[in-house]
Amino acid sequence: MITAGVDIGSLSADVVILKDNEILGYSVIRTGPDSAQTAQAAMDVALEDAGSKGNDLKIEDMDYIVSTGYGRVIVPFAEKNITEISCHAKGANWFFPGVRTILDMGGQDCKAIKCDETGKVKKFHMNDKCAAGTGRSMEVMADLLNIKLEEIGPLSLHIKEEHEVPVISTICVIFAKSEVLSLVRKGLPVENVLAGLCEATAKRVKTQINVVGAEDEFVISGGIAKNKGVVERVEELVNMKAQICFEPQIVGALGAAVFARERYEKQMEKEATAQT
Amino acid sequence: MLVHYGYTDASGDYRISIDQDVCDGCGKCVDVCPEELFMIEEDDYDREVAMIKDDLIRQIGYRCPGYQRCKDKIGETCQEVCPHDIISLTW
Repeated sequence: MITAGVDIGSLSADVVILKDNEILGYSVIRTGPDSAQTAQAAMDVALEDAGSKGNDLKIEDMDYIVSTGYGRVIVPFAEKNITEISCHAKGANWFFPGVRTILDMGGQDCKAIKCDETGKVKKFHMNDKCAAGTGRSMEVMADLLNIKLEEIGPLSLHIKEEHEVPVISTICVIFAKSEVLSLVRKGLPVENVLAGLCEATAKRVKTQINVVGAEDEFVISGGIAKNKGVVERVEELVNMKAQICFEPQIVGALGAAVFARERYEKQMEKEATAQT
Repeated sequence: MLVHYGYTDASGDYRISIDQDVCDGCGKCVDVCPEELFMIEEDDYDREVAMIKDDLIRQIGYRCPGYQRCKDKIGETCQEVCPHDIISLTW
């Protein structure tokens, strides 16, 4: 049985192809303005990825496809769409069966999810009103300081001891931008400013984790999970070690693929009983 | 899972909360609501449960009259007809 999950997020589009319980291929691409085209492109890349590992597949080979994320309703080849909250919980549960608390730091929103042992959502808190603590805010700052996005994490962990680490008091990204700019103009090294920024982001998401209640095991998914500077500071604040899978951006898509598998199994069962 | 539908704006907090773990999808709230805010749909885990219609979530503040006014007007409310008492309103 081959199923696929398509996660059309605000900044990245991810596809996971699952055969029974094994990942055949996956893709992470940037979301374009056209959701349908993006979905198709992401699917093509995932099929290529599966092909490069010796599994030649076509989209027609998929038994069931589930879409999720902001653009989930416009994926043309999906049989069903499921909210990203449920998919993230399911995906994190697939990677780490003991997971209870999930923090998904996505491109344009940030959510804290509490789930049970089967990966079913028990409680969640979502911040989609404000860009603080999201991938977009990191992109804005990287752009402003003229560094690469991937450098923010490592740089923020190498602060210059002779200077202080500034407290970025504003949460709003637009205001934080001017605050960061004035700090840099004051002569503070970029590393220290980034440390302050990661600290502020960690504090911001900690309040969200508090709303759902922190419980071991703790998983961070989404693009910011790749930013060590933020991850280490969140770990420190919630006092738990964060589990991160090999590609944190595909957790939602993987959850969708697991949902697809479960639905297909159910459908098969129904058909089998109908025939007898 | 307790799901809160609605929003907060300058005039107040407008949320209808439904505990979808307990809901059995009987549909009494759908029948009673004068503004037809409720619907019975499959959730992500294949269970038929009560939810608020997607396109009306941002309008509940001025569509739903609130508990007391709804009770005065038509005699019964979604909260009262629910056999499991899982619907609550914030205003």
